[in-house]
Amino acid sequence: MSKSVIEMPPKGGFSFDLCKRNEMLAKKGVSPPSFRKTGTTIVGLIFQDGVILGADTRATEGPIVCDKNCEKIHYMAPNIYCCGAGTAADTEAVTDMVSSQLQLHRYHTGRESRVVTALTLLKRHLFNYQGHVSAALVLGGVDVTGPHLHTIYPHGSTDTLPFATMGSGSLAAMAVFESKYKEGLTRDEGIKLVTEAICSGIFNDLGSGSNVDICVITKGGKEYLRNHLQPNPRTYTSSKGYSFPKKTEVLLTKITPLKEKVEIIEGGDAMEE
Amino acid sequence: MNFMASKQPENSLLGPEADSQRTLYPYVTGTSVVALKYKDGILMAADMGGSYGSTLRYKSVERIKPIGKHSLLGASGEISDFQEILRYLDELILYDNMWDDGNSLGPKEVHNYLTRVMYNRRNKFNPLWNSLVLGGVKNGQKYLGTVSMIGVNFEDNHVATGFGNHLARPILRQEWHENLSYEDGVRLLEKCMRVLLYRDRSAINKLQIAKITEEGTTISQPYSLKTYWEFSAFANPAQGAVGTW
Repeated sequence: MSKSVIEMPPKGGFSFDLCKRNEMLAKKGVSPPSFRKTGTTIVGLIFQDGVILGADTRATEGPIVCDKNCEKIHYMAPNIYCCGAGTAADTEAVTDMVSSQLQLHRYHTGRESRVVTALTLLKRHLFNYQGHVSAALVLGGVDVTGPHLHTIYPHGSTDTLPFATMGSGSLAAMAVFESKYKEGLTRDEGIKLVTEAICSGIFNDLGSGSNVDICVITKGGKEYLRNHLQPNPRTYTSSKGYSFPKKTEVLLTKITPLKEKVEIIEGGDAMEE
Repeated sequence: MNFMASKQPENSLLGPEADSQRTLYPYVTGTSVVALKYKDGILMAADMGGSYGSTLRYKSVERIKPIGKHSLLGASGEISDFQEILRYLDELILYDNMWDDGNSLGPKEVHNYLTRVMYNRRNKFNPLWNSLVLGGVKNGQKYLGTVSMIGVNFEDNHVATGFGNHLARPILRQEWHENLSYEDGVRLLEKCMRVLLYRDRSAINKLQIAKITEEGTTISQPYSLKTYWEFSAFANPAQGAVGTW
């Protein structure tokens, strides 16, 4: 008798079976483990000569801060950087992937990467996964066509804006931008405004904290100012410092002689194979 | 075999008709109220919109009202519950006036009364679906407090409800200071209301600013804020990336 089940060739693309299982479990009351999220404040703004991106440095795992000084501004190309909010693994993986795709593309075409290329690669990938890749990005860079700033949402929609904020602290940062942004900012004014917006997120949003990272991209090149501002230093440090003994300290010496447990019989039978 | 036991109603302690008497969700809502203390008293601002879900049904709702001689009440949330609270406070002030003893209820007392009312309603699972801001001046003492629908109350130098918590409070925390002049206070409030206008979908560009000092209360006529939409990137957003907006 032939088998009633016909062997189907494996279909390509993402299999959503586990998503169905997760939904069923959630209905039964089993909650999924919490992801390491970068509950975040990320911002970008366009100034006179290019783009400035800013980000805080706190990564959270539910209510716990798991990384006090993580890097949220990811490299995409020498002239393009991307800030990521949402699930940390997703933002890392997706920006890494598109960054290598861009490099291959650069070798293929022999030209500098354009921001719209990165934008299209990212949005196609995120749309393909229907929002399950939880990455909300602020993409900025300067290419031959000029400075560009885009936001990309986890479902794959994009916006082109003069100033943008994403993450849990986005409302606090947007309040600063909406009241203080104007066109034609100089580099120093732009850095000051971005720092103010990130600080607003750090101090008013619980999902953001620690330090401010800034990245300035212009036609001439880029400047990655890691920990540009550290408004949350350790308040109390011991003035004596800490010292540990150089060797391993011996606290106790106790010798227990081993007792003979095995009897050796001379000329016994060989072992069974 | 019938394994299905008859389903017990979720809240079997209450009869079926009791559900229709409780507030389950708000219908006509007002959005944020923002208020701050300044040199001579309290400044409070709220727009005049009453939204019915996602439509803007009412465009002339006064969400700030004077209470007695010494207080101002601003409310966000369900408008009908706000009107009910005004009736309670009316009765409270009336009884206070009937004593005719020269004393009058100050903002701190009214705030306490409101806290008790809101908390007790919440305990009976029938809340007044509002976030209230109560400000006033009595005998030179300025007072600004807030009560939420679950009874959370506190007083502070600047408060906001609803979206104002996320958008206006960061600005107030950075730029408020003691002894603001009247002009500076109004400018700061307008800054907050402008950001709310840009970024809160239920906000409208028609607002009132109310002032209360030792001398009395003034609620301004409705007016609108100037907004700026001329950023060059807004003019042609798809210029750099065809297919985006």
